[in-house]
Amino acid sequence: MTNVLTERQPEPSVVSRARVSLAHGINIGTLGPLLALLLAGIFFTIESDRFLTGPNLSLVVQQVMVVGTLAIGQTLVILTAGIDLSNGTVMALGTIVMTSLAVNAGLNPILTIALGLLVCAAFGALNGTLITRLRLPPFIVTLGTLNIAFALTHIYSREQTVSNLPDALTFFGNTFRLGQTNITYGSVLTLLLFLIVWYVLGQTAVGRHVYALGNNPEAARLTGINTRRLLLGVYTIAAVIYGVAGLLLVARTGVGDPQAGQTDNLDSITAVVLGGTSLFGGRGGVIGTLIGALIVGVFRNGLQLIGVASIYQVLITGILVILAVAVDQIARRRQA
Amino acid sequence: MRIRSGHLAGLAIAPLLLAAACTPAPAAPSATSAPAPAAASGGQVQVGLITKTESNPFFVKMKEGADKEATAKGAKLLSAAGKFDTDNQSQVTAIENMVTAGAKGILITPSDTKAIVPSIKKARDAGVLVIALDTPTEPQDASDALFATDNKQAGVLIGKYAKAAMGGKPVKIATLDLAPGISVGVLRHDGFIEGFGIQNSDPQVVCSQDTQGDQAKGQTAMETCLQKDPSINLVYTINEPAAFGANTALKAAGKDKDVTVVSVDGGCAGVRGVKDGTIAATSQQYPLKMATLGVDAVVDFAQTGKKVSGYTDTGVTLITDKAQSGVDSKDTAFGLDNCWG
Repeated sequence: MTNVLTERQPEPSVVSRARVSLAHGINIGTLGPLLALLLAGIFFTIESDRFLTGPNLSLVVQQVMVVGTLAIGQTLVILTAGIDLSNGTVMALGTIVMTSLAVNAGLNPILTIALGLLVCAAFGALNGTLITRLRLPPFIVTLGTLNIAFALTHIYSREQTVSNLPDALTFFGNTFRLGQTNITYGSVLTLLLFLIVWYVLGQTAVGRHVYALGNNPEAARLTGINTRRLLLGVYTIAAVIYGVAGLLLVARTGVGDPQAGQTDNLDSITAVVLGGTSLFGGRGGVIGTLIGALIVGVFRNGLQLIGVASIYQVLITGILVILAVAVDQIARRRQA
Repeated sequence: MRIRSGHLAGLAIAPLLLAAACTPAPAAPSATSAPAPAAASGGQVQVGLITKTESNPFFVKMKEGADKEATAKGAKLLSAAGKFDTDNQSQVTAIENMVTAGAKGILITPSDTKAIVPSIKKARDAGVLVIALDTPTEPQDASDALFATDNKQAGVLIGKYAKAAMGGKPVKIATLDLAPGISVGVLRHDGFIEGFGIQNSDPQVVCSQDTQGDQAKGQTAMETCLQKDPSINLVYTINEPAAFGANTALKAAGKDKDVTVVSVDGGCAGVRGVKDGTIAATSQQYPLKMATLGVDAVVDFAQTGKKVSGYTDTGVTLITDKAQSGVDSKDTAFGLDNCWG
């Protein structure tokens, strides 16, 4: 087999280089994480007779759907060589808007969901604007908005958990039966989102532009891509996806919790990195991210089933993250 | 041909997984070693313990106690914790995983007393006995039973003590609290105020700050309070780490000798602080007892089908070496014999 990465192409255009990266991201970059996931699955299947059952696998998907959905948005941002530290607290703000307006102000829950998504979108647009117009580094901008969203969440909620939610807000926590297994609508929505974003990134011009922008913003701009508008769009759409994650969180826990999401930014970055997406941008994809999120969930669930304290999942995740980044670095050096 | 990066990733991660596989079962991951853990959980009663964090000595002691009692009763302990003190999501996930693992009962110190309620309901609906330890859920009857310190009473004790210790002197009070909306913090604070015989709006309370029960934040809070009113002479602290933080700030301001600090918890470090005079008095609680009673209740439920219910007070004792007449207390020797952490 020939190595597509090391083949010398005469004067590759930015977009065709992006295609190469894309193929790499989906076919090869995800192979390691997929293998890790499968090995973990095999190990836990041998060790516990409760692991490989429909209900348990459905549970693992439920448990990763919030961070997994956040990680979809995070993947988009990281593909542009950016980072979004604000996603967990922006999501929390979204959930408080959705639940508080519905319960305390008595508004129609469909309307409050829309308003929650809108608030998230506004934060994404703010991130994008500051990054593109003032040329501030994404790390700093989103560190700022992380704190702003956190504070607004606590001020607006007056630190109170919102409970007794209307049914419409917890719809995605409801289940349907598939054989012997109850599956939540939220799990389906999460997987659907992964599929949609995977399609957009791989099969549309906009998707290829995102890779091109992450690979080389200057070259992307010279080929006629409106990089500012694209970046603004990426941050805004990512934030809308965080809002959807918030809706899933509300459905999963049955409450609006102002304390939620505080470590979800790092957890979502963990999923992205475990999935083989490069923090330097331009390489990777959401299928890897899904696998990355599942790796964390499978370890947490599997270790609990065999009676190992959950702290070991954190230990293993830490080691896997470093491995994943090391592999990415080695790949980059070989490519260079 | 060079190894491609994807293969490299696979090769790199494979040995790690084997290493990970060794963590639970130290034997080589061969076919013969595999059934051991599975068999171990076969007929054994499984008891889940979910604490707020893994790091706080209070919860470490609780886990130790639960582990010891589980071993004594031939049961198996599953444990998990949140990543930070108000981490509801991790506790939800832990409950689900423990129910799936087949735990008969779950002991939990809820990180968010309201937010955890729907998840506890699901576990109870699945036939699992859920007992809240240390911290009541809101509403309290969301769990089958509660084994906890009476936090209000813990506050009342140090409030009464402080009233007696201050004699008739004019008093300026700082309260170094937990965080808004967390019941433990509110109960202790209100108990202190009630024990002191005043209202929350009393002008003698000149400063109230949140510390999250953290030493560094306790120090910052005390510094802020001293800026607000340098004549503060009585400090209520939510726990002993906050008290030690306050002491650092008071020392820096040269006021540590003139200010009376009272606290709640009764950890070993805290009792030593009472002994050396850093803290005047503390209300000692008993996490070990909560855990032991909890494990016993789950094992009993597994064997007889009987569920415990209601509130069991695990007791609280005022610890001080400067006893005040009219306020019952024990000395630090007793405190050190019964402390945790």
